[in-house]
Amino acid sequence: MNAVGIKSYSVYIPRLRMERAAIAAAHAWAVPGLSAIAKGERSFCSWDEDAITMSVDAVRALLRSGSLNNINSLTFCSTTAVFSDFLNASVVSAACGLAGSMTALDSTGSLRAGTSALIRALQSSAVGDSVVVAADNRRAKPASAQEMQYGAAGAAFAVGSGDLIARVVAADSNVNQFTDHFRSTGANYDYHWEERWVRDEGYLKIIPDLVGKLLVSNGLSGAQINHFCFASTVPGSALSVAKILKIPADAVVDNLAVRCGDTGAAHPLLLLAAALEKAQPGDRILVVGFGGGCDVLLLEATEAIRDFCAGVSVSQALNDGHKETQYNKFLAFSGELKMDWGMRAEFDAKTSLSQQYRVREQVFSLIGGRCAVCGAAQFPPMPACVRCGALEPMSAVPLADESAQVVTFTADWLSYYPAPPLYVGLVQFDNGARTLMEMVDVEPDQFDVGTRLRMVFRVKDRDDLRDHLRYFWKATPVG
Amino acid sequence: MATGIKDKVAIIGMGCSKFGERWDCGTEHLLNEALQEALQDAGIEKQQIEAVWYGSAVDRVNVGTSAIPASTALRMGGIPVTRVENMCATGTEALRGAAYAVAAGVVDFALAIGAEKLKDTGYGGLPTGTRGTLNDLLFPVTSAPGGFAQLATGYRARYGMSKQDLKNAMARVSWKSHQNGAKNPKAHLQKEVSLDAILNAPLIADPLGIYDCCGVSDGAACAIVTTPDIARGLGKRDLVTIKALQLSLSSGREIGTGDWDGSYVLNTRIAAKKAYAEAGISRPRDEISMMEVHDCFSITELVTMEDLGISVDGGAVKDIMDGFFDADGRMPCQIDGGLKCFGHPIGASGLRMVYENYLQLLGRAGQRQLKNPVLGLSHNLGGVPFNCVSAVAILGLGDGRV
Repeated sequence: MNAVGIKSYSVYIPRLRMERAAIAAAHAWAVPGLSAIAKGERSFCSWDEDAITMSVDAVRALLRSGSLNNINSLTFCSTTAVFSDFLNASVVSAACGLAGSMTALDSTGSLRAGTSALIRALQSSAVGDSVVVAADNRRAKPASAQEMQYGAAGAAFAVGSGDLIARVVAADSNVNQFTDHFRSTGANYDYHWEERWVRDEGYLKIIPDLVGKLLVSNGLSGAQINHFCFASTVPGSALSVAKILKIPADAVVDNLAVRCGDTGAAHPLLLLAAALEKAQPGDRILVVGFGGGCDVLLLEATEAIRDFCAGVSVSQALNDGHKETQYNKFLAFSGELKMDWGMRAEFDAKTSLSQQYRVREQVFSLIGGRCAVCGAAQFPPMPACVRCGALEPMSAVPLADESAQVVTFTADWLSYYPAPPLYVGLVQFDNGARTLMEMVDVEPDQFDVGTRLRMVFRVKDRDDLRDHLRYFWKATPVG
Repeated sequence: MATGIKDKVAIIGMGCSKFGERWDCGTEHLLNEALQEALQDAGIEKQQIEAVWYGSAVDRVNVGTSAIPASTALRMGGIPVTRVENMCATGTEALRGAAYAVAAGVVDFALAIGAEKLKDTGYGGLPTGTRGTLNDLLFPVTSAPGGFAQLATGYRARYGMSKQDLKNAMARVSWKSHQNGAKNPKAHLQKEVSLDAILNAPLIADPLGIYDCCGVSDGAACAIVTTPDIARGLGKRDLVTIKALQLSLSSGREIGTGDWDGSYVLNTRIAAKKAYAEAGISRPRDEISMMEVHDCFSITELVTMEDLGISVDGGAVKDIMDGFFDADGRMPCQIDGGLKCFGHPIGASGLRMVYENYLQLLGRAGQRQLKNPVLGLSHNLGGVPFNCVSAVAILGLGDGRV
């Protein structure tokens, strides 16, 4: 049997980074103690980002970077899945241009949703490649410790056989009712128990028990582990677990608490990506996922790791940040602050589901058309060609990865927009197609006619009346 | 062989309500205010009107998109009353319907009437709403200033202008219209504004500031049309006739192909060319006496001067700064204050422009009166520059017969 393992990976960390000192300063009047944990910054989602859009970004970069073939499954992992009933993975797969003839799963229910799905994909990847993506965007009450500690990110892995950057050595799981925190269905926030108890009674007992057995059964000792990925940001946790397992302290992978915060179900995978970025051929990487028991996955880097280049590596994603110090903006984007956007915000964002399905390739995959008569690429494809009027059926032209530039634009302060001003303008694709689009993550002084653009999948409108989101593509400057 | 509308239709009466924030009036009041003036002017009875075209673009307050709000408000039952809508070009569309009915010989007297009640939304600017199930999925929201601001971006890029030079020219456009509006008792905004105030106003959609945007107003305007022969029979001596009525709509080419650079309005160019041909005008810059153009935004007026062939491409800024379009310039433009100051009740605006040209041609424009105008052009533009309805109407004196 062929070895199975990881073929490639890519991550996404929202570029918005909130300075923790600014959060602590806002709460200093009530909770001065927050200043003690006000180090570094945490990533957070823009108003139009969530677990689905972060996953799309991570998977698209993954697909661009690697030569994957015959992808037969996609698993979307999150504790903040956008839909409870409607397959989130179906949106991710469409936006990533994956074929409909595949398995798509949502994995949720705990912070080890990502590691569980990764192990499962590895165990069932005999035929074709699988994609596992984990992303989380957890809410936290203002002035809570979680508001300081949490972050947002997505991490995507391709697994299968063939060209591997890391092969699976072993994996195991157990199950346990240890409740370090919980979030009930429909609730907005997590409820946490005391950190010291979580560490001493949870991490330090449940993890060494499972990992120790796995090491022994594979004839290994902790000293032979080169990278230990344990995602908790409870201070000292990973080090304490490592010490019990006799894993060297310098093998403990930095938990990224200072750079982006705890990114939930994405975090174990994010740390695995960080370990792979540094790993040398032959290095052993141990990944632990924790929640209602734990998962352990032991990998060994192959020779191919030497020349491997991730779609977006952890260090690239960390460095592509935009520092934010306006706490109110962070609150508004996180849904914790209801702004008065005026009467223009009162519009009805009802989505006609039959209409959306009819144009699903346009909405979810940004597929344009090419006229069979004159060859003009166009979006949206209509019955008659925009250039010559021919009524011949058009061939599909994917535009999501087509490069483009600004033809016209404005910064509109009048229209309702949750992150004013609304940048909107005509986008000219290099293949000749053109359409009017929203433009996001714009740096005003570096933006003009001719600025190069790429496409990103984002939330288009929020329908609060029906608890529905609709998604579409937006243009953003090429970084 | 079709010969066009030229000299086939005379306007014998026009009315225009006071434009502005008419808190005391609904659409029904505005419609009657305009019609009473027009009937008096025409010297006919309401019962003589045989068909009506009612233009209203966004009013959903009454029974929805039918003409019933007009037929009931005006108590004009038992005759065809047709609702027309073509965004901000609606007023000109209503006139086209009425004029064509007369030209076809189907009726003797037809009424074109447009009205809009915009000040019942609770906020400034145009009302917002769904754009239909498909557009809501595939396109971003675009406010009117957001759409037209992009014309400034495209124009600046094409001619390599600095942001400030274009901003100065745009400010000069609005400054001139405020000068004119101050002299018009029916205008919404009757106040002069300094260039400094215009240039330093808050941004609405970059680079358009608040003074680059026209007023959003309540109002109604109307025209009673008949044939030149019937007009003469009524004792009308100075005949104002329609010389051209043209309309051009986007096919999607501007928004959907790489053909358009964003610096002009394609359909204004097409409509103007056809209108000049219909009216027999070969040198518009020399032959046209005055213009009322769709200055929904200052940049629209600037670009329209080139689209209408009055200024050469890239030359509008110079003409504007030279005062070519001022009240005492070679070709006064927006002599009534324009959309900028007279105001912009969507469905009425096309007819309000025709109203000013009509008054000027008849020498009835009071302190705004120009010297011996013979041809007046009005230009009415709906939508956004890359997806629009462009209308051009030309009025003149006489019908070519002695």
